[in-house]
Amino acid sequence: MDLVTDLLIAAFLVMAGIFGFVGSFGLLKLDDPMSRLHAPTKATTLGVGGVLLASIVHAIAFEGRLSLHELMITLFLFLTAPVTAHFIAKVHIHRREETGTLPDAGQDGIWATHNIPDEDEQAETPN
Amino acid sequence: MKLMRRLLPHPVLTLLLTLTWVLTVNSFTLNSLVFGFLLGLLIPFLTQPFWPQQLRMKHPLKIVAYILVVIWDIVVANITVARIVLFKPNAKRQPTWVTIPLDLRTPEAITVLAGTITMTPGTVSADLSAEGHALLVHCLDCDDVDAVRDEIKQRYERRLMEIFE
Repeated sequence: MDLVTDLLIAAFLVMAGIFGFVGSFGLLKLDDPMSRLHAPTKATTLGVGGVLLASIVHAIAFEGRLSLHELMITLFLFLTAPVTAHFIAKVHIHRREETGTLPDAGQDGIWATHNIPDEDEQAETPN
Repeated sequence: MKLMRRLLPHPVLTLLLTLTWVLTVNSFTLNSLVFGFLLGLLIPFLTQPFWPQQLRMKHPLKIVAYILVVIWDIVVANITVARIVLFKPNAKRQPTWVTIPLDLRTPEAITVLAGTITMTPGTVSADLSAEGHALLVHCLDCDDVDAVRDEIKQRYERRLMEIFE
């Protein structure tokens, strides 16, 4: 029984390691800024998730108690990862993209990041 | 009733904060429950100006099904993205922008949709249109823009519509 749980925990940890590695490797390998965003936002979820699953199994099998605050780490990760990715994407759009290089924004005509009120635009342009 | 609304502006948030606190403390005792509930009362009361409208959900139970679908998709997404990162040469990848027209109008629902898109197969939500009628999504590797758009609308937006609107 101990061997089985050991193996299970080890499997989760190895899986976590592999996905953590893929996330970091993707950051180096992919060649444009927006694509680079994909690797860390996704690969790390399963990377961190694997460690947390291993931790839950360990607590149940060897300490004999149900430990669920790992779920909270998952929740916080699910809340923060998309927000961070969204912010980085918006900075990229603000600095590197024009209205012409993005697809049509549908009925609103313009994407929110490019929708700068006139007085702000003047304040932003240096003399 | 009016006093109740003032003191307890977001009952769902109160419940969620209590649960979060109990889970974070990692022990289910009366102590943590009471303190969690106090936080659950205080935080919505203090942050009320940021959330003037009360969140309405038509079918809260469908959230469970939605979470299961999303967790499954996250696992698949990790494997898909790992394969693209490890085995596909950069020159063969086709990164594209996709516009998703939105039928959802509730801000909370759009936030959930944008978050889901970022966590699932090869897509990151990048921007919202000026009045919030469309979502700009970046695709890591896609050759059929329409297929991606239809899948997001079918798989996630339809379910969120049922939950929130």
